Amino acid sequence: MTSIEGETISVEGGAITCSGAWTVGRLGLIERRLEALRPPNSPEISVDVAGIPAMDTSGAWLLRRMIERLRGKGSSVALKGASREIESLLSLVAETRGPIPHRAPRKWGLEHVGRSAWSAARQSRDAIAFVGEAFAGLAQAARRPGAIRWRSLLLSLHRDGLDALAIVGLLSFLMGIVIAYQGAEQLKTVGANIFIVDLVGISMLREIAPLITAILVAGRSGSAYTAQIGTMRVTEEFDAVRALGISPLDYLILPRLLALAIALPLLTVYADAVGVMGGMIIASADLGIRFPQFLSRFAYAVALKHYVIGVGKTPIFAATIALVGCRQGLEVSGGVESVGRRTTESVVQSIFLVIVFDAAFSILFSVWNI
Amino acid sequence: MMAKAPVIEVEGLSTRFGEAVVHDGVRLSVYPDEIFAIAGVNGAGKSVLLREILLLQKPDSGSIRLFGKDTGSLSRSELLALRRRCGVLFQQGALFTSLTVADNIAAALREQGGLSESLIFDIATLKMSLAGFPLDGALKLPNELSGGLRKRAALARAIALDPDILFLDEPTSGLDPVSAAGFDDLVRRLKEALKLTVVMVTHDLDSLWGLADRVAMLGRGRVLMTGSMEELARSEDPTVREYIHGPRGRSARSQAAIKRGS
Repeated sequence: MTSIEGETISVEGGAITCSGAWTVGRLGLIERRLEALRPPNSPEISVDVAGIPAMDTSGAWLLRRMIERLRGKGSSVALKGASREIESLLSLVAETRGPIPHRAPRKWGLEHVGRSAWSAARQSRDAIAFVGEAFAGLAQAARRPGAIRWRSLLLSLHRDGLDALAIVGLLSFLMGIVIAYQGAEQLKTVGANIFIVDLVGISMLREIAPLITAILVAGRSGSAYTAQIGTMRVTEEFDAVRALGISPLDYLILPRLLALAIALPLLTVYADAVGVMGGMIIASADLGIRFPQFLSRFAYAVALKHYVIGVGKTPIFAATIALVGCRQGLEVSGGVESVGRRTTESVVQSIFLVIVFDAAFSILFSVWNI
Repeated sequence: MMAKAPVIEVEGLSTRFGEAVVHDGVRLSVYPDEIFAIAGVNGAGKSVLLREILLLQKPDSGSIRLFGKDTGSLSRSELLALRRRCGVLFQQGALFTSLTVADNIAAALREQGGLSESLIFDIATLKMSLAGFPLDGALKLPNELSGGLRKRAALARAIALDPDILFLDEPTSGLDPVSAAGFDDLVRRLKEALKLTVVMVTHDLDSLWGLADRVAMLGRGRVLMTGSMEELARSEDPTVREYIHGPRGRSARSQAAIKRGS
């Protein structure tokens, strides 16, 4: 007798004896035992299930599969000792057996390339249409400022501007410190300590502060826009807005776009100041340049154009972040999991675009010699 | 039926949300093999009670015993084991949106461990056909399904582990009358076939008359009355009377009577 541990099933001659509970919790064990089992090779097999104290539908299904397979090999199978309960379970799973669905084959090769190209083309067309629509809406709003949703705009200003002050300030302060430290090392070796002012001032005002602020805001607010609008799509709130005869563009998108276009330049100015302050503290601590000295050099060495260029870029960044965030939110379809995916996409895309635009500006300004 | 030990015993249960008292001394017992309905007006705390029985939410005071075990002091593994004996059909289905229907059911089975993928899918197929879910939709995502099919898919997932108690939260809400009646039939057949105890929260008077063995009527923070619908219909309590003898109640009752007569 080949008895098997855990009391599931054993074979002796043409008799199979099942025992122990055949329930879903033990089914993995039973299945492995069944796989390992060498089925009896006799034309008449009896299956004794009297020793099964508990069975559920999954267990019944497995028992039935075993019997079917034995029958498939040409043996006649007799079931012995089945309680009324087991019999009714067996007939239940027998009548409800259907064809097992198969997975749709994955699209690949040429068809896959074609489909992705087509969807990419359609998406970029939609994106351009969306940007056009948003700016048309903006132009309209400029003509009729009464139609702007001031409440949403102010709320957005508060959440995306005011509430971001702490984190933007802290990070640009740290950036100022980092740049000053790195620069100080180099400048000390050539004795050109005072040039720390030029280094910190120009790099902070022209590049670092606008970029770090835009990246932070993209992560903070762009993602929030996608999640807010995306969730509204999932819960049909978005459709409710439309059904109430309210334009989603006016109600959801323009206030956010305008708020960010106001908040981002202001945040950048703040980041400029705090970042330079960070550099100033290091210059004083590490290079012995005192604050009045730093500031008088600053006024002389850092031209106004750097400040103007730095802040001037930010409305473009703001529009990018707001539009990407809102558009990704509108693209949400289906379930909640789509919200998460789109939010990630929104942050990645807006940071990517911000840096691309920043690089484009750099090239442009160097060509123009500004 | 009453001779058996109850599978669910709720005693002196109280729940408050801030100032609002939802439950103030709820007690009820559910016995094996019965279809027990929890009824009551909106805001009577039916769904909250269900969540508390499912151990998804803690009541402020009172005790809940499941299968004779006090749920107040359970270890993690005991809690998991208890939960596996309970299947839940949530009101909105709560199917995992990123998984196909088959994978939704398979997810519960996979957690059991040790089952081969082919067996998991075979059992998932079995559960789908038990729940009356058409198998050609097995690879669809939940949001591609109609409301009725979503309920059936969710039901298939609820019975994935062959629970002892099946909890239904508003099973027929959002279904058309034909589908709702079909769903009631399905629940009754499943209950017979799988030897389930069914606990359902419902507003649907047709379900109450046609499906429930016993009904607990919640109101004023307590169970106003427990009994069969016939017993409830004879109640003198104004809230119970209003609920059952309102215009909708009368037609549901006569329909149930016609159905039973035929």
